[in-house]
Amino acid sequence: MVGNGKTRAATRRQFLLDAARNAGGVTLVGVGLAFHAGQARALPPEAIRPPGARAEPGFLAACLRCGMCVRDCPYQILNLAKLGQTIATGTPYFVARTGPCEMCVDIPCVKACPSGALDPDLTDINRARMGLAVLADHETCLNFLGLRCEVCYRACPLSDKAITLEQQQNPRSSAYATFIPTVHSDQCTGCGKCEHACVLETAAIRVLPRHLTKGELGEHYRLGWEEQKRAGKPLIEGVTGLPDRMPEATR
Amino acid sequence: MSTTRRGFIRLSAVAAAAAAADITIPGLDEALAQTAPDTSIRWDKGACRFCGTGCGVLVGVRNGRVVATQGDPDAPVNRGLLCVKGYFLAKIMYGADRLTRPLLRMKNGTFDKSGEFTPVSWKQAFDIMEEKCKAALKAKGPTAVGMFASGQWTIFEGVAATKFMKAGLRSNNIDPNARHCMASAVAGFMRTFGADEPMGCYDDTEQADAFVVWGSNMAEMHPILWSRVTGRRLTAKHVKIVVLSTFNHRTSEAADVEIIFKPQTDLAILNYLCNYIIQNGAVNEAFVKQHVTFMKGVTDIGYGLRPTHRLEQAASSNGYPGTDGKPKGDPNAASPITYEEFKQHVSEYTVDKVAELSGVPKEKLEALAKLYVDPKTKIVSFWTMGFNQHTRGTWANNLIYDVHLLLGKISEPGNGPFSITGQPSACGTAREVGTFAHRLPADLVVANPQHRATAEQIWKLPAGTIPGQIGLHAVAMDRALKDRNLNFFWVLCTNQMQAGANLSQERYPGFRDPANFVVVTDAYPTVSAHAADLVLPAAMWMEKEGAYGNAERRTQFWRQQVNAPGEAKSDLWQIIEFSKRFKTEEVWPAELLAKMPQYGGKTLFDVLYANGEVNQFPLTEMAKVNGHAIKGYMNDESKALGFYVQKGLFEEYARFGRGHAHDLAPFDQLHKARGLRWPVVDGKETLWRYREGYDPYVKQGEGVKFYGRPDGKAVIFALPYQPPPEPPDNEYNLWLATGRVLEHWHSGSMTRRVPELYRAVPDALVYMNPQDAETRGLKQGDVVKVISRRGEIQTRVDTRGRNKPPVGLVFVPWFDESRLINKVTLDATCPISKQTDYKKCAVKIVKA
Repeated sequence: MVGNGKTRAATRRQFLLDAARNAGGVTLVGVGLAFHAGQARALPPEAIRPPGARAEPGFLAACLRCGMCVRDCPYQILNLAKLGQTIATGTPYFVARTGPCEMCVDIPCVKACPSGALDPDLTDINRARMGLAVLADHETCLNFLGLRCEVCYRACPLSDKAITLEQQQNPRSSAYATFIPTVHSDQCTGCGKCEHACVLETAAIRVLPRHLTKGELGEHYRLGWEEQKRAGKPLIEGVTGLPDRMPEATR
Repeated sequence: MSTTRRGFIRLSAVAAAAAAADITIPGLDEALAQTAPDTSIRWDKGACRFCGTGCGVLVGVRNGRVVATQGDPDAPVNRGLLCVKGYFLAKIMYGADRLTRPLLRMKNGTFDKSGEFTPVSWKQAFDIMEEKCKAALKAKGPTAVGMFASGQWTIFEGVAATKFMKAGLRSNNIDPNARHCMASAVAGFMRTFGADEPMGCYDDTEQADAFVVWGSNMAEMHPILWSRVTGRRLTAKHVKIVVLSTFNHRTSEAADVEIIFKPQTDLAILNYLCNYIIQNGAVNEAFVKQHVTFMKGVTDIGYGLRPTHRLEQAASSNGYPGTDGKPKGDPNAASPITYEEFKQHVSEYTVDKVAELSGVPKEKLEALAKLYVDPKTKIVSFWTMGFNQHTRGTWANNLIYDVHLLLGKISEPGNGPFSITGQPSACGTAREVGTFAHRLPADLVVANPQHRATAEQIWKLPAGTIPGQIGLHAVAMDRALKDRNLNFFWVLCTNQMQAGANLSQERYPGFRDPANFVVVTDAYPTVSAHAADLVLPAAMWMEKEGAYGNAERRTQFWRQQVNAPGEAKSDLWQIIEFSKRFKTEEVWPAELLAKMPQYGGKTLFDVLYANGEVNQFPLTEMAKVNGHAIKGYMNDESKALGFYVQKGLFEEYARFGRGHAHDLAPFDQLHKARGLRWPVVDGKETLWRYREGYDPYVKQGEGVKFYGRPDGKAVIFALPYQPPPEPPDNEYNLWLATGRVLEHWHSGSMTRRVPELYRAVPDALVYMNPQDAETRGLKQGDVVKVISRRGEIQTRVDTRGRNKPPVGLVFVPWFDESRLINKVTLDATCPISKQTDYKKCAVKIVKA
């Protein structure tokens, strides 16, 4: 177990106390605070919201800054942003590298949320979309270098779904395979276990907000193989071809 | 740097592409070379500290410290690749809590069993050891002293220790942790072929058309070898992989056919395969006629539990004393049978019966059988602990050989049974040197008077020095400690208090009994060290000159690269130094000494190590052997002793095997090579044993010869399926299997001190089927107790992790010293090999 329940609880109380004191002096720093509030709306990419958090503007509007989700997190990974951080003061977040979401099946943080800032309709933790893992650096990832690491893959609570290992021949030594961790965005919850476990000095795999990582195909192009699969047959019918002309000997 | 990073990467990529396409791009090598190497680092070759794969590494030293390592790009085993443990090799020697001084439990300035660990000098440490060892010898004789050895020892350490115990103290109570790991493989090899260790080598992986993996999670436990197997499948699309296990793991994920069988029924599946081969006319009759004989083993052999256990009292051939005091049979006994009798024996293992027994669908069993019998398919069977840690482990090994021998698919490139080792020198040290209670070097055994005579002659000792009585094996040592029959116990380079089964009942009491004195030599304060009376700080890995032997008979040497911290000393130094404390008169009877009166008044050091053989190479030899790599090379043990001790020990030891099909390469050559596979004869390695053209010991015209046995023939054994000793019942209603994880090596004493590896896998979890969790009202992450009849641990449930057990089985890894799963496991062994079955006992799981 990381941390200690009592000190965490004390920290939260301390925060609430601090917040109250700050409220007392708010008129004195009104202008400054307004500036800060504007800055804090830009959530830093390493700060990840708890499971079920609504899209950022909606979340900020709904979150009461009550700290109930923080209190009920059994693994104590959630923090409340403090004044001065570039995260809206009093809102919950976690940092994957230091403490990822353990993906509790009963999702106590969501249950604790009184305002719906964490969506109460989220009942299956595997459907949480806190962020998206990206194997950001292929140059230092040990697996790309042919080493047998795959720590991120085995750390993944949805391994073989959210992260699969794609086997490739090692270009330096063809007798060996490389096992490339590959993230699947339709399964990844963004829990951050992979980034936390990455053994490099700086993680090669990162969990980032989805809008910073996910590309989007244009509406004007469709993937032929997927369309065909979905239809269960070729999209066009009645097409015929002609045989190739070949030399006699090759027939 | 004259080339930018991006430029370098681009160049590297071009170089890799060019290498793959086997083309040379002009100017490329020059451009890569421009990124100047770091000349402040001295690089030298070495072998990885961890598993039996035996990957080659280069070790980089600056200012007396290992600052970097790399996979050796030219090493034939791994071609520059390593696993994630190997990536952190540079960190394993530098944990914050390295032991640097001897520590003795003391109260008021003297030894006290219940005292606090207090730093003492080496002299004080050896004083108390000497006192306690001599007291035990005086009271009860050599059977009261024992040493627990290691498959992670260097070859030199194994040799020095074997001589010290078997010849010096005249006690065969030396046994390695390899007993827990490879003993069944050894017994299997000896029974079937009369010679230990695999016939094939890793080159088999590039030649095989199919791989069958039995009870081995190679993907995690032998990562680079698995990378090679997978590489083979990627380059040859027809290659098939079948994985047999009692639970789904990372290796099963890659299988074309995954077979999950009920624990213990591998014995039935192997018998079914034999039956299928016979029933379908697939027997290679010419091969069987020329190279095979048939035998039937005794069957009522018990389970290696204490003689008082009801299962042992009922067994008629477990070798334990019967009511008349005489041994009840011999579990290793076997008698000749005919092919027809063998056919009759396996005929009951029909597909229907075995499918029912094993829970494996008939189609899968048949698919496996068809793969084996296909004459066009070259097939390699791999196995590790699933077979070896098995109450019928010797049988499982014998039975897989049956399959290959019936088909004649053995001892040729791409075709053969391949027993993989767990530890880095289980083969090189534990098996080849023979640090087992029943062995001597090069497949000789203590029970054979001629073998003892050979050893005594090579070691220049009076005839009759080595006792013929087999010593205590690993599990028997624990029982003897607890029963106060073993009173001086020295554990080196292994973490017995974490690794042995049934810790609370059978091991810990003996360690802490005031009747016994326990010494633990280790680099770190392990659980075993905490349970000891005296802790000796060890030099590790690159802090000493070393030699390991890997799973493919490859002997790999390295030079000492750095000094050990503080007063830490190598196990080699500790054993040799301790030998100076004994006069021959104190440990040898007068009639023995009378045979060589010149040894009177000498110390064991004089007669064992300053015997004209071990001390024959002066220190000047060191520069000659190693000058090409390190100018003015010296190692700490030789410096202390005044002669090149490693060379002397090795060359004396190598005489056992040279000319007897165990030819190790010359010492000097091994210091220059990237490992050599024995037998090394006429300057050539041996890749496949027992086959003409590949093996120098098979004469022209013989074709195949299993020369380990007097008749040159291998044995096909008729052995049945038998149930395990402790199946789940209504109360203890789950199977427990234990094992390892890729990120940690064995008990984690090294890898758990690497912060990144600790962060990657901090705790041992209990891997459980979601349905089993649900029926017990448990969910992912719940804290639970895993309870057996022997003990319990507390941990968290994982229903979605790396291992996915079927309903009815749970898996807990044993690396975690804060959750000693071996408090829960059962100390039942294979009665032949004496290896513990860590894969099968009954537990229950309740919410904590």
